[in-house]
Formats: sequence, structure tokens, C-alpha cells
Amino acid sequence: MSQPQPAPRILYCRCAYAQVVPAEVKDAVLDGLARAEVAFEMVPDLCEMAARRDPHLAELARGDGPLTIAACWPRAVEGLFSLADAPLPRAGVRIVNMRTDAAPAILDELLGADRPTGDAS
Amino acid sequence: MIASPPLPPRVVVYEGRGSTPFDPGERSRLLAGLLDRGYSVVRAGAGRAEAGAATAFIVLGCFGGAPPEVGDAAGRDVAVCDITGRSADEAIALVEQRRDGRPMNRPDAAGPGQWKPWFPVIDLARCTNCMQCLSFCLFDVYGVAADHTLRVENPANCKVNCPACSRVCPEVAIMFPKYHAGPIDGGPVSESDVQREKMKVDISALLGGDIYSRLRERSAEAKQRFSRERSADQALAERRRCLTKLADAAAIPREVLDALPSPEEIQRRTEEAARRAEAARVAQGARAAQGSTPAGTT
Ligand code: SF4
Ligand code: SF4
Repeated sequence: MSQPQPAPRILYCRCAYAQVVPAEVKDAVLDGLARAEVAFEMVPDLCEMAARRDPHLAELARGDGPLTIAACWPRAVEGLFSLADAPLPRAGVRIVNMRTDAAPAILDELLGADRPTGDAS
Repeated sequence: MIASPPLPPRVVVYEGRGSTPFDPGERSRLLAGLLDRGYSVVRAGAGRAEAGAATAFIVLGCFGGAPPEVGDAAGRDVAVCDITGRSADEAIALVEQRRDGRPMNRPDAAGPGQWKPWFPVIDLARCTNCMQCLSFCLFDVYGVAADHTLRVENPANCKVNCPACSRVCPEVAIMFPKYHAGPIDGGPVSESDVQREKMKVDISALLGGDIYSRLRERSAEAKQRFSRERSADQALAERRRCLTKLADAAAIPREVLDALPSPEEIQRRTEEAARRAEAARVAQGARAAQGSTPAGTT
């Protein structure tokens, strides 16, 4: 019998300590996630966690199940995990860019079929 | 590296069995408010989420006056708060109270967000471990890993808003995610960026002399003038004026240049960094030579 597939995971970065992500985008993405019936994780600022080499980054990188990260440029996010000695695996990780993309497109990436219709974004 | 403080408490917003769900608008406000104050948050109960590494957890839920007893097998500190009937702001105030003085951001900051997390992040797919950045940085931000590759050793030593070392990297491999523009912010690197950065690698070409010897000269000139004029203010003003061109050319914030150590200290640190970079390059070369030795010939 085949093993059940691990559930997808979502990580949201608030970019709280420098605001390089447009406020309207990060607010709309958080609101869309909060209104959906999904469990997810949120961190105030991935950059700050990487500087502290927060062990939770290694747990996120190692964890089971596909991971989608809402933050900024994928190159930067990958570099931050590596700096924290928690390199992201090559497969099973998607990074969506709240610096450049619009909230509805980001929520589609994050939630797919779980996205509630008629949400606030 | 920043000294490891106890990890800040992680907040679990729980809406599973035994609790009633939050009002959606209040839930959004609660999550945003916690994040903006520096808390990591897990929304649990709706599907799967892991609480993860933390030394303490604060669980928020609408338990209708009967919060569950929660134990943690690992012996970590778990506080359960019933927030039935409370607004998002009241729930956040409760969390702040429960935090009980545990540090949130970097340990020497007055509070969350007092330090802008500004430091170089390396694109390992581009970095060739040439160690030019290590030789360039005066503040010990860079170091060498056990495998002799480049490592960002002390991110907190970096001078906030100074992207100067990204200008010396010939591979456009140094990013500052909080920078305002690409490719330094981590955005895509174009061929013209690579060409431009290759031209900039020799800052001496840009400034008519090695940046630090220029700084040393400038400081020495200012020092001489200081002894002649006996005016610290005038000497400082002169130093500022002389450094303006340098700041503009290399995109180094003026405050960083003003805060540079004494000329003697600059010289000492430059030599030390150059020595470490050279040692790393030699070790890399030795390792490469070992790797290329045909089997059975050693
Ligand atoms: S990873 Fe990107 S979005 Fe997150 S804190 Fe750093 S710069 Fe901001
Ligand atoms: S200068 Fe660039 S390529 Fe050279 S070691 Fe530093 S980051 Fe890597």
C-alpha cells in the first residue's frame, strides 16, 4: 500500500524590519491566507532569522512535504537559508515573490484549490 | 555571528478541536500585529502545521473559559491563553505580557525592529570563492568555512545600508536582500550587470588608487591638518569633504566612511583580511590539486 503524501506547507515572511515588500501586497497575502482553511507558518523577518541562524530555518528546510515560501526574490531567500546553515532542498520548494508579484497571483500559488472564492484580496 | 540569545517565544494561533474559530477580520489583525512585533506565528488546527524550534510557546485559542492542559514532552515552556471574547489588540497585549521580557530581535537592540537586518547574502551558484570580498571588508563580516569556502561569519558586524562589498564581487554574487534595487536585492542578474561589476572590481581604476590606501592618505592628510590647525571640527569637515567623492563613486554611505577606524587600524585589518583570504585561496588550491591527483599516484 502506498504511503500518504505529506501535506504541503506554507511559510509567509512579513519582512517586518525593513519593509522592502509593498505593504498592500503583504497585507493582502496574509489576509488571504488567514481567511483560507489552511494551517501555515509566519515569520516576522527571514533576514533577521538567518542572521541569528535560527534553528527553525533548518527544520523548515528539512521538513516533509512540499514547501511554498512567500517572501521576496528566490535568489535572496535561497541565500538566506544557506547562510543560516539550512540550505533549501533542490526539489519540493517554491518561492513566490511579494516584491514583484500581485497578491491574487501569489495567493493562487500558495493556496491553489484551497483559495476561498470572494476573498478580500 | 550574533551571540545566541534564548529564542523568542513562538505563538500558536489554535482553531482546532475544543476551540471556536476566530472572526476572520480579527484573525488577520491578530496575525499581522504579532508578526509586526517580531513574533513567529503558527496557525494550527486548520490542517497541518508544526510548532517547530522554540524554547517557549504561547497558545492562543477561543476555549470558552476552559483552556486545555497542555504539556510539552521536551519540557519547553507552554502557556495557554483563552482569548474568548477578546479583540486582536487585547490578545496581542496578553502575549506581550506572557513574553516576560524574553528578547525578540538581536540581543543588543532596544526592541524588535531596532536593528535593520542588513548583511551580505551569497548566491552560492555564482560565487567562485575568490575571496575579494573578504579582503575588502574591514569589519570581519566574512570568514572562511571549514571547507575553505567563503562564509558570512558575522552578519551583525555589517554597516547598515552599506553595499560596498557587492561592488567588488566580480561575479555579482553578493546580495543585500533589503537593498532597494536589483541585482543587489537578489533580483535577476543580466549580462550587462556582470560586465559592469567586472569593471568595478578594480576599485582602484574607479578611484585612482586602492580604496583603503586612499582612505589612509585622506585620514593622514586630515590628521596633519588637525595638528596644524588644532581644530577637530575643521579636520572632521575636511575628512568629510575628501570622502564625498569616494562615497559617491563606491556607493558607500557617508556615515560608514566617517565611522572608519584609525588609519593604523585600517592598515592592520586590511593586512589581516588579505592574509586570511590568501590562506583560504592556498587551501582551496591544495584541495583542488589533491582532487585532481589521479588515483593510485600518491
Ligand atoms: S527574505 Fe525578503 S521578504 Fe523576507 S525579510 Fe528578507 S528581504 Fe524581506
Ligand atoms: S567576491 Fe564574490 S565571487 Fe569572490 S568570494 Fe566574494 S562573493 Fe564569492
